[in-house]
Amino acid sequence: MSMFHIPSSEMLIQGILSGILMGCLYALIAAGLSLIFGLMEIVNFAHGEFLMLGMYTTFWMYALFHLDPLLSVPISAAALFLLGWLTYKSIIRRILGGPMLAQIFATFGLGIFLRAAAQFLWTPDFRQISDPWVQGPVRILGVSVGKPQLVASVACLLAFGFLYWFITKTETGMALEATAQDRQAAALMGINTERMLTLGWGIGSACVGVAAAFLASFFYVFPYVGSLFALIAFVTVALGGFGSIPGSLVAGVIIGVIEVLGGILIAPAFKYVAVFGLYLVVVLVRPQGLFGKF
Amino acid sequence: MVALGILLLAAVVFPWVFRLPYHRDLVIRIFLYAMLAQAWNILAGYCGQISLGHAVFFGTGAYTSTVLQVTWGVNPWLGLPAGIATAVALSLVIGYPCFRLRGHYFAIATIAVGEIVQTLAINWEFIGGARGLTIPFQKDSLLAFQFATSKYPYYYIMLALLAICMLVSWRIERTRLGYYFRAIREDPEAAQSVGISVTKYKLVAMAISAGVVAAGGTFYAQYVLYLDPDSVLPLSLSILVCLLAVVGGVGTLWGPLVGAALLIPLSEFTRIQFGGTGRAVDLLIYGALMTIVAVFQPAGLVGMFRRRLGHWGR
Repeated sequence: MSMFHIPSSEMLIQGILSGILMGCLYALIAAGLSLIFGLMEIVNFAHGEFLMLGMYTTFWMYALFHLDPLLSVPISAAALFLLGWLTYKSIIRRILGGPMLAQIFATFGLGIFLRAAAQFLWTPDFRQISDPWVQGPVRILGVSVGKPQLVASVACLLAFGFLYWFITKTETGMALEATAQDRQAAALMGINTERMLTLGWGIGSACVGVAAAFLASFFYVFPYVGSLFALIAFVTVALGGFGSIPGSLVAGVIIGVIEVLGGILIAPAFKYVAVFGLYLVVVLVRPQGLFGKF
Repeated sequence: MVALGILLLAAVVFPWVFRLPYHRDLVIRIFLYAMLAQAWNILAGYCGQISLGHAVFFGTGAYTSTVLQVTWGVNPWLGLPAGIATAVALSLVIGYPCFRLRGHYFAIATIAVGEIVQTLAINWEFIGGARGLTIPFQKDSLLAFQFATSKYPYYYIMLALLAICMLVSWRIERTRLGYYFRAIREDPEAAQSVGISVTKYKLVAMAISAGVVAAGGTFYAQYVLYLDPDSVLPLSLSILVCLLAVVGGVGTLWGPLVGAALLIPLSEFTRIQFGGTGRAVDLLIYGALMTIVAVFQPAGLVGMFRRRLGHWGR
């Protein structure tokens, strides 16, 4: 095991900056998970595989129709919306009142299935979008960061803002929020809660679709790509507090920074140990997460 | 009772009827995974605490006996209880804080613990790091827990371990401990209010579960004579263990064995049919089965049979 390294200040700034950029992506992925949990207290353990499918959608749009990842954003979002919708209608609806075990393993099994299906159809090969519009580095604050990462994080922040606006300001959004707070009361107020839950799965999955399209512009696409991001998303949501959308943003950025700093200060191999370690410490001190209501 | 006797007899004579090493190896693996799934079942099925990081204890058992043997020449038969003790201690260290978390939070925390332990093992040179450890072959004897010329002893040792594990579960199911576990699973607040120390009994379930899994880990190390973090500590192992119990029947005595007996051969079969692991056909079936069982038959195959036949298995 290596000792602590003393990094230069430039390296540190670069690390923190790239951590924040990646954190915005984590946040959007986690927001989808959090939205669904807030609505029905179900963790989508197939969330990472949803991300993987979004990335493959973007990749195939590029490989088959030469569509740039930026143009694939709405396509990936729509495809994932549909996937979320179908997942709710075919699986989730049946386990809503079921035992914890069924709730965990229904989506867990779906995740294994989707991952294996991707491997079956598209082989385990790593694929890459070789020539996207946005590429190369850019200099900010005297350090250089990847342009795709920068675009992705800004876009994720915008998507995040849109999601927040949608939930707090539109009528449909408020109906979603009401359903999350008390399903029975919402139903008595004339809200079609079944429709809200379906919509929640659609929107939550569409968030992942948006993140996936941007991620695919600078990250390899392969069947197992979702596993790592899913783990980070679970940890992000638990850290931010299940069901809290602003919590996911704060937690996403914290995790992005911790990951990079862990890599710089300890050793690259330990960056996820730092992330998961921090998560364990936080939930043990505050089991409901930073912003959780419980 | 008669059915049980026939089953046991069949298990005992099996390697003398099917003499191919391939069949023997397959059944040894079924027994091993059935044991792991049964151990997981004690914690998750009876006590309701869903761990997605049980590979940690498998790895602990495997690594403890192996490191003791390779570094200090300790006999693996002593390594076995040492591995169990280490895993039990570790399970208490992990369980004590994590049991403050409920449901999904607990499950996610166990994934995080599993990932941390695997990363540490990969980077810890003393226990072989990513290269892993090879157990040198010393001599072919029961005393050394190593067999080269005849693999039959491995079969019977594994059968004995599985039998002990089943006996432990059976005892738990019928004694006060089992009722405590199920009370905690059904409603922790209610259990607490009638005077059951919830944290204490969750820890008891965790410790028993971890100890049994660790014994399986030591057996695995002695059977394969090689281990590395990828083979004894991966998340996929933790998940496979859950899967067998879930499909077979969570919270039932025979569920894990039924699950292992059906799914381990299935995975071998698809590997032969489709070659290698490249196509992941076994995972395709596993994943679909897991979802279907969770959605339509949360009590698993055993639960389904029990409903159909009324008294079977009770």
